[in-house]
This record gives sequence, structure tokens and C-alpha cells, in this order.
Amino acid sequence: MNVVDGNNVDRGDVHPPMGSTAALDSDRDGVHPPVVMVDNLVKRYDGASVNAVDGVSFAVQPGELFALLGPNGAGKTTTISILTTTLRPTSGRVEIGGHDVADAADRVRAEAGIIFQQPSLDLNLTAEENIRLHAVLYGLYGFRPGYRLMPAAYRTQVGELADILGIEDDLFKPVRTFSGGMKRKLEIIRSLIHKPRVLFLDEPTTGLDPQSRRSLWAYLRQVRKEAGTTLFLTTHYLEEAERADTICILSNGRVVSIGGPDDVKSDLVERYLLLDCAPEHRDALRAELASRDVVWRERSQDERDGEDAARFRVDVARREIHALLKAIDTPLTVVQTHTPTLEDAYLQIVEHTMEEDA
Amino acid sequence: MRQLHAIAAIAARDLLKFLRDPLRIASTLVFPLVFIVILGGAFAPMIGDAFDFRTFVLVGVLAQTMWQSSAMGLVSLIEDRENDFSQAIFVAPISRYAIVFGKILGESLVALAQGAAIVLIGLLLGLRLTGTQIALAVPAAIIACLFGGAFGLIVMANIRNQRTAQQVFPFLILPQFFLAGVFNQIQDLSSFLRVMSLMSPMRYPVDLMRHAVYAGRPESERAEALASSATMDLAVIAVLFVLFMVVGTALFVRREQNR
Repeated sequence: MNVVDGNNVDRGDVHPPMGSTAALDSDRDGVHPPVVMVDNLVKRYDGASVNAVDGVSFAVQPGELFALLGPNGAGKTTTISILTTTLRPTSGRVEIGGHDVADAADRVRAEAGIIFQQPSLDLNLTAEENIRLHAVLYGLYGFRPGYRLMPAAYRTQVGELADILGIEDDLFKPVRTFSGGMKRKLEIIRSLIHKPRVLFLDEPTTGLDPQSRRSLWAYLRQVRKEAGTTLFLTTHYLEEAERADTICILSNGRVVSIGGPDDVKSDLVERYLLLDCAPEHRDALRAELASRDVVWRERSQDERDGEDAARFRVDVARREIHALLKAIDTPLTVVQTHTPTLEDAYLQIVEHTMEEDA
Repeated sequence: MRQLHAIAAIAARDLLKFLRDPLRIASTLVFPLVFIVILGGAFAPMIGDAFDFRTFVLVGVLAQTMWQSSAMGLVSLIEDRENDFSQAIFVAPISRYAIVFGKILGESLVALAQGAAIVLIGLLLGLRLTGTQIALAVPAAIIACLFGGAFGLIVMANIRNQRTAQQVFPFLILPQFFLAGVFNQIQDLSSFLRVMSLMSPMRYPVDLMRHAVYAGRPESERAEALASSATMDLAVIAVLFVLFMVVGTALFVRREQNR
């Protein structure tokens, strides 16, 4: 787990994900190079006075689910645009599948699939026409001016993908008539038809209903399992990031935290114990805590509201909780452990860095 | 080969969009019809009977419509960018020239369809074309379209949004109606206007089309019918086409990537 500060991010500091399910062990050993490698990336937009991306470095292992988090304006979309060759970096080095985005953009493009933040379908065309255009641009098939004229292999592939995502009945309808969820599904079919090594997803589920979101993720998990596709995700939904192997948090164009979800949570946000007792026993409890060298704090009225009303907040590591509770003789009325969610961690990290920058 | 397929796919998309838009089809036909019937008729008495002014205007409008339609069709480059569609094309592993040329080809096909409709109107109005004239007019039409597309590209490469495009295009195109001699003679312009006329890209496809349609007719001998030699028209178009394509593509790609 790294909490990194400012521009001093060294690529060597980026650890392989903890608790990774998909990353292969051989990759961890460095046998395979990372599929995405970003080294001290800087982007300053024309006429801007600050860097939108300010010395970002990280690496993504093959097969990983990598989540890039950060508030609006943190530099997520800028980063993903540079990684997918639609934006030129100001400085720094980026490699996708071992190809440099600056020198070998076409090789990078062939390796990458992209789901953009804004749906990038041609609404005047049918779903199949959108897919066909994409398949031809990626050199998979020659252009034919009609679905029936396309090779059987193409028709099979499109049929299978459409079937999995449940839009087979709508393949020949104009995309204009599609719902947001269907458009996303269509974009996924389109982005996977050339079997990319890395699929970039820029806030893919924004604006989708929970059902669409769930089915989309079910499908992405399947793709990852079957094809070993690396998923590079930016999202605002922390429960999506929770499933990631590695989480990289950006704030003001810099990496402020990187690691597995558990690491991001445990190292940055304290776990604590909330205790309380009857008012007449409080002095006794204070004395007991003091005698055990425990650090505690009594929470102000503002902090104590509703169900979370306990007065004493005790900072304590998880394994010490049991021992501490056993040792306290004062009758307790409240015992609560506080385990941070990723959202807590995220908010704390981002707020902290924003305060620092201010 | 792959690039050619990509060009064909991008071009087919534009043609398909046009064919699915009945309103756009109708509106692209109304203007040429108005020009030919009203302006051709209105200017004719000023010239005298010896010269078939309606044919002169019709041929001029034919070339102008195709050239302009193709040029303005390139607005769709910006439209695609605003609709977030162009990003999907720009991440495809194909040459940037293939993308731009596919666009120009697509808009040229649209313009050719419009040109065919104008010829049809002309035939109804009494225009008669021989086999030779048709054989010469078709390549002249294709040249007008591709050249118009290249002109559109270099204009679009410097424009950020559709609104600007709509403001800039009339300014660039309207003066050319007169400088290119779509429905007026440009042989005896003042020296300043003569220079402006020579600088007007639209002049050359218009004149080339007249060379094609007047081939073998008495008009081809008349000084007021033609502005330059066909060779000069072709040479200027060739030079400007290459210039517009190379500079336009470079500017456009740079604008897409360097923000």
C-alpha cells in the first residue's frame, strides 16, 4: 500500500494488487510485463495554468481489474484519453501491451477496446451497422454494404454477442430508438468484437438503472474470466471499485493512493471502537482506558447523533479489540466497531488532499 | 487493403445517413432548382438570345452544388465530434488520411446523387447531352466533389463547432458564386475582382464542368462561356487538392489530439 505524495511517484513503488483473483502469479513475478504502464505522465491543456494530469505513474497487470477513482476534474478522463491515443500527453511515457502510445499508436489502438464516457454510437445507423463499421475499421472483415453480404463468421460473432447481452431482437433497429442500457450493451459488443487485450471503460455505468448495471457487470466478469481481458475502469460507484484488484485514486491530477481495496481502506482510514457506559460510570471508564495506555477521544455533541451515539471513540487495531474489551470492568452500554467502507476511505483521502492543496 | 475497406465503410456511412434523411434530400434539391429556374430566367434577357443562358447557369449550378455540398458535408466531421462519435473512429487502428478521405468520399457520393438530380431537372427543362458530353461531365463531377470535400476539410480543420461553421461557410461561399461565375460572366471583371476570381477555388470546377458540357458545341468557341482552359482548371484543382488534403488532415488531426 502506498500513500503517495505529489510528483514523487516511482514506478517501482507500484505493488501488484493485493487479494487479486485474476492476476496471474507469473505476472507478479515479473515474467510478463504489465499490460498498461504509465510513467510520470503529465498533461497540460492548451491555455491552462495547471496540469490536468501531474506526474502520474502506475502499472496494470494482465487480466487485472484496475479502477481509477477520483472526484470530477481529478484527471481520470484525461488519463484514459491519453492511454487510448485520443489525446497527446505533454510529457511522460505510456505503454499499452508493450507499445508506446506516441510511437506506435496504431498498435496500441489494435490492442485496446474503449467504452467512452459519452456513448459514441451513430444514432442514425442500426446497431448492426455500428458494429459492422467498427469491425471493418479494426480490419477484422472487408467492407460489404449489407449484413447479409458479410462473411458468415461475422454474422455468427455478432449473433452470439447480441444473444449474450439480450439485444438480438434489436440488431437491425436504429440506435436512436435504444435505451441508455441498450446503448451501453451495444458499445460493449462493439468494443469486444476485435478481442482487445485491455478494455477501457470510462464511467461505463453512469446513468444506468441498477438492473442494467448488474447485467453489464455480470457480462464483464464473464469476459474477464473467459478471455482474460484486462479491465481498466473509471467510476464514481465505489461498490464497483470494491471488486477491483487495484484501486488508484487521483486527486488534482496526482496519484494519492494506490493498492488493493483492503489496503486503501485499512491504511488510510482508522478502524475504531465506539464505547459508552452509564453517565455515572464514565469516570471509571476514563481511568481504565488511561491505565491501559489506550488512545481515546470523547466525541462532541455534533459527532454523536442517532444510532451512532456513543461517547468514547477508541483508536485500536482489530486484533486488539477483543483483549481490550475483556480487560474493561466498567459495565458498557454501547460497543460498536467501526469498519470503514471504501467510500469512507475514498472521501477521506480526497478531502485530505484537497485541503492540502488549498 | 484494410485502409481501403475503412475508407469504404466510412464513406458508406455518410451516404446511408443522407439516404435516410428525406428532409435533407428535399432541401438539397430545392436550391439548385430555384437558381436554375429563377436566376437563369432573370439574367437571360441581359445577355441576348444568341447564347443559351439557362444552360450556362444550369451547368454552373451543377458544379457549384456538388462542390459546395461536398464542402459543407464535411461539417459532419464537427458534428461527429460534438456527438462524441468521432472519438470511436479516432481510436481505430487506421490511418488518419483514411478517416478524412473516407469522409470526403462519402460526402462526394452524396453530392453526386444531388448532381444527378440536377441533371434530371436539366433534362426536363430541355438540356440535351450527347454521349461525349456525359462521358466528360461524369469525371468533371467527381473532380468537383472530391475537390469540394478537400476545401471543406481545410475550412473545418480550423473550426471548433457547428455554429462557427454555419457562420463561416456563407462568408466563404457566397462571394465565390460571383467570383466563380456560376451565373455570371467573369471575363471582364476589374483587375481586383479578376485576382479574387482567380483565387476562388470554386471557379475551377465550375469552368471545368462547362468545358465538359460544351465540348463539341458552338458555345465552346465563345469567349463568354469559358473562363480558363481545361488544362489550367485541372492543374489548379490538382495542386489545391493535394495542398488542402495534406494541410487539412494535419491540422485536423492535431486539433483532435492537442487540446
